Amino acid sequence: MSGVLRLDAVTKEYPRTGVAVRDVTFAIEKGEFVFLTGPSGSGKSTLLKLLSFAERPTSGEVKVSGFSSTSLRSADIPQLRRRLGIVFQDFRLLTDRTVEANVAFALEVTGTPANAIGPKVGRLLTQVGLASKATAMPHELSGGEQQRVAIARALANDPFLLLADEPTGNLDERATRGIVQLLREINALGTAVLMATHDLSLIMRSGYRYLELERGVLLYDGTDASRLARHQ
Amino acid sequence: MSLALREALLAFRRAPLMSALGITTIAFSLFAFGLFGLVALNIRAALLEVEDRVEVRAFLADGTSEDAIAALLGDIGAFPEVREVGYVSPDSALARSREELAEFSDVFDASVLPGSIEIRLREGSRDPVTVQAVSDRIATYPAVDDVRFGREWVEKLYRIRTVAVYAGIGLGIVFALVAVIIIGSTIRMAILARAREIEIMRLVGATDGFVRLPFLIEGTIKGTLGGLLAVAMTWLAHGLITRTLFESVFFSPMQVAAGVAAGAALGFVGSLMSVGRHLRAVWRDA
Ligand SMILES: Nc1ncnc2c1ncn2[C@@H]1O[C@H](COP(=O)(O)OP(=O)(O)O)[C@@H](O)[C@H]1O
Ligand SMILES: [Mg+2]
Repeated sequence: MSGVLRLDAVTKEYPRTGVAVRDVTFAIEKGEFVFLTGPSGSGKSTLLKLLSFAERPTSGEVKVSGFSSTSLRSADIPQLRRRLGIVFQDFRLLTDRTVEANVAFALEVTGTPANAIGPKVGRLLTQVGLASKATAMPHELSGGEQQRVAIARALANDPFLLLADEPTGNLDERATRGIVQLLREINALGTAVLMATHDLSLIMRSGYRYLELERGVLLYDGTDASRLARHQ
Repeated sequence: MSLALREALLAFRRAPLMSALGITTIAFSLFAFGLFGLVALNIRAALLEVEDRVEVRAFLADGTSEDAIAALLGDIGAFPEVREVGYVSPDSALARSREELAEFSDVFDASVLPGSIEIRLREGSRDPVTVQAVSDRIATYPAVDDVRFGREWVEKLYRIRTVAVYAGIGLGIVFALVAVIIIGSTIRMAILARAREIEIMRLVGATDGFVRLPFLIEGTIKGTLGGLLAVAMTWLAHGLITRTLFESVFFSPMQVAAGVAAGAALGFVGSLMSVGRHLRAVWRDA
């Protein structure tokens, strides 16, 4: 088996709401860009939580960068998380700190030497196009800019895989295009990206591989955008 | 470490009212403990003074020779429990009695009062069992007619002191528990107030120990400050008592340091017990 990430017959059942992901198998290769789509409630977020080990599968195996859900101890999770970048629809910034402090936070709490943090934050903010807003507070930024801060933070520990759960869900058309463009640039530098979205036009325009979920079942895994045109 | 300290201090700046409330509550429970400690300390000091007067008196047989008395003084003085011995001749016993009971001075006459040896015991040898043992040993000398000590007096003193010590320990435990619970709940509030930070820490891969450390530091700082505040309040109370009621003793610097250290320890234990449980609750979502 190959791939930086692999799910093998993964099922996730929640105690009260039942099966959220059913018998899903797929792999993602190093440096790939893959979309994850499906209607609301189809299990996209659950799948991403399984990949970041925020949830453990009820059955089957999740493997991420050598860590397996069958053998991983909770004490290993921090090590795994440092190799992942994770962003959400609601940005999850610390609202009482500046942009640069938000990015620095991820480096500080993972033990980066203090003298390396400043330059690294500068590089990250330049990469996401926010060097000029380093000292702004999150509420002084547009939604698209806040998501860029969240992406800069997610990249702080040089992840090999970026998990994005509807990162453009709260953004307008133009900001959405900007974020997708940024993710493509990040991907071009070698980071694999798995992005959940229900914006089918994004997938169609990109021509990238996509996974389609429906009620927790993996309905489609491929690059045929014409299927999506029919959905619309 | 320095980051954890900064985060801990940030918690004070971000929630000054809650922090002050936490510290004050800890201070008041330690203050109550401190007041009791002060009472116990003063009872103890008073007891020591009274205990100092515990004495054993060996009455000598009539006609005991001076040589025999000297030998007896040497023997008894060499007992490990004995601090000092002294001979009271029948004449000086008479003089003393006349002085103490002036209105009855006529009824005394040298012949009724026997000579005796006064024995004062060392500190630590004044409990009823030891006093009895020493008396029994002295009574075995043929020249000794009778041995007396204020048995009831000694036993009563000893009981008062034992009660004071156990009451102190009991109250101490109760107040320590209160302090631990209070610190635990201030840490709980601090954790809930910082749920966002904790969630982000988890997200980006901070270790559990790293996430815990600021809260442990915060709890320890609160405990220490509470301890210092309690010492200050106890000191003020002591000053007030001394000025308005009676002269009293205060804790030694070592005891003060131990009190502050106890505050720190309570803060640490309280936060340690609280942090695991509540972090788990916050993390469920991350
Ligand atoms: N923490 C949870 N506890 C219980 N049920 C959950 C939880 N998270 C998601 N679910 C359920 O799992 C299903 C899939 O949800 P989710 O993965 O959030 O879908 P999506 O992200 O595609 O909208 C839904 O039915 C939802 O109710
Ligand atoms: Mg979702």
